[in-house]
Amino acid sequence: MKNNLSSSRKVSTALVYAALIAGSITMIFPFVWMLLTSFKTQAESMAIPPQIFPAQWNFDNFTKALESLPFWNLYLNTFLLIFFRVICAVVFSSMAGYAFAKLEFPCKNLLFGLVLMQMMLPSQIFIIPQYQMLAKMGLTNTIFALVFPGLVSAFGTFFLRQAYMGIPNEIAEAAYLDGCTKWQTFTKVLLPLTKSSLAALSIFTAVFAYADLMWPLICNTDLNMMTLSAGLSTLNGQYTTNFPVLMAGSLLAMVPMVILYLLFQKQFIEGIAMTGGK
Amino acid sequence: MKKPSKLARNGSTWGLAMVAPTIIGLLILNIVPFFQTIYMSFSKTKAFGAYEFCGFANYIEMFQTPEFWKATWNSVYFCILTVPIGVFLSLLVAVLLNAKIKGKTVFRAIYFLPMVVAPAAVAMVWKWIFNTEYGIINTLFGANVRWLTDPNVVMITCAIVAIWSAIGYDAVLLLSGIQNISKSLYEAAGMDGASKVRQFFTITLPMVSPTLFVVLIMRLMASLKVYDLIYMMVEQTNPALTSAQSLMYLFYRESFIAGNKGYASAIVIWTVLLIGLVTIVQFIGQKKWVNYEV
Repeated sequence: MKNNLSSSRKVSTALVYAALIAGSITMIFPFVWMLLTSFKTQAESMAIPPQIFPAQWNFDNFTKALESLPFWNLYLNTFLLIFFRVICAVVFSSMAGYAFAKLEFPCKNLLFGLVLMQMMLPSQIFIIPQYQMLAKMGLTNTIFALVFPGLVSAFGTFFLRQAYMGIPNEIAEAAYLDGCTKWQTFTKVLLPLTKSSLAALSIFTAVFAYADLMWPLICNTDLNMMTLSAGLSTLNGQYTTNFPVLMAGSLLAMVPMVILYLLFQKQFIEGIAMTGGK
Repeated sequence: MKKPSKLARNGSTWGLAMVAPTIIGLLILNIVPFFQTIYMSFSKTKAFGAYEFCGFANYIEMFQTPEFWKATWNSVYFCILTVPIGVFLSLLVAVLLNAKIKGKTVFRAIYFLPMVVAPAAVAMVWKWIFNTEYGIINTLFGANVRWLTDPNVVMITCAIVAIWSAIGYDAVLLLSGIQNISKSLYEAAGMDGASKVRQFFTITLPMVSPTLFVVLIMRLMASLKVYDLIYMMVEQTNPALTSAQSLMYLFYRESFIAGNKGYASAIVIWTVLLIGLVTIVQFIGQKKWVNYEV
């Protein structure tokens, strides 16, 4: 009887592994195929039946991709976009999140309503006027243009308000009575307590800024001012059938984020789980 | 009623000062543009960026255009194809990852990977895999399916890629919901001799239903406004474009390629109303299946 039970458990564990491994292969295969293709010649990539490994591992396709797109500019632009969006989200949302959670001031509910309203509406509803504003200021094709819609973050404000509401009032009260000003109570005492939420918000902001396609395509049409995503979409038209070059370009575009992900895998996943669950 | 704390009182200047950057930003970047878009949807674009009020003309034109109805159907069809299967598979992955197994973090990291790769790169590799002449799927199986250019197939192809991209993200959210379920419930059920499958339906599913609801709503909203993936997979020269063009794709083409900003605004307002409607239906429907007694 006991033997029976443990063997049936073994079978079910084996099934779980089998299912997870089959799923993992499906998840990883496209990336492996991308890597293998990026080293093939165009003729090899078109061989029938398919040729799995390239005869020679050469970097020609990467050279070609680097020649057809100003990759260093794309890296820099994407980095600056992420950097400024994260800074803005963290600084402004911390201030607003703290005030909404811990302070009393006139029109508080009305103002928080504005935050919620922005969160509910899809970003495309703002995009034409945002572009027109930018064009009027003559600021298209700049880093500022990329950052522009993300100067403030309604989601960040909402998310950090939750974080501050989770901190007991007594902590803030004690600091205040000990002679801290309201500003000091915020920066010296409460802000450090939201560290894990700030990390989650930063990762969330970075991942979504990196993935965004519509806004970067609209605001910066000069290839040298594009982000990696937008730049990659122009490569699409240039090399419609040369898939090895397209794969090399895609690899170059995804590598920095994937390296960061592999290094901070736990923070990435937990950060996203934290922001998504709210 | 709790008395407002000392810190909270006399805070009005500080409070207003600290929300000021966010509120001013929201007003300029979102609130004013929101009303401008509504106004634009009732106006015709004139030369030199001027607008002229034209009543419901854009909406009437929109409702008479087959391309618009096709795009609406495409967005809804995309939801039907991706949301139920995607959420089901995510739940399956989450449950499997919750089992007592080794290498859990490795599996989790693998499933989550597409989330950190830009949709532009994801679309690129799938386009290659689904290529009609030389793509690995057709060459391996000796098939000749025109995955990306056959009007009847292209949406299914996009849906496969969308599901593949989102599984890890949704699974991570559901997994954290499942891990919050008290272990003692399972222990009690195990003593009563309930099988694992039964435990799933009587404990896991009802207890995780609030998270499931959040994932469902999020996925529905995201699918109704899908744009980047389809934009990358189906270029504007693709003969199957009208069979794959979602509302937001049509919006992008009308506003930033054709320059019909008024008409495009009407499309985006329509999309918002559609999302609102679907969300309301979900919130009414949730009373039947979401369990909030924890």
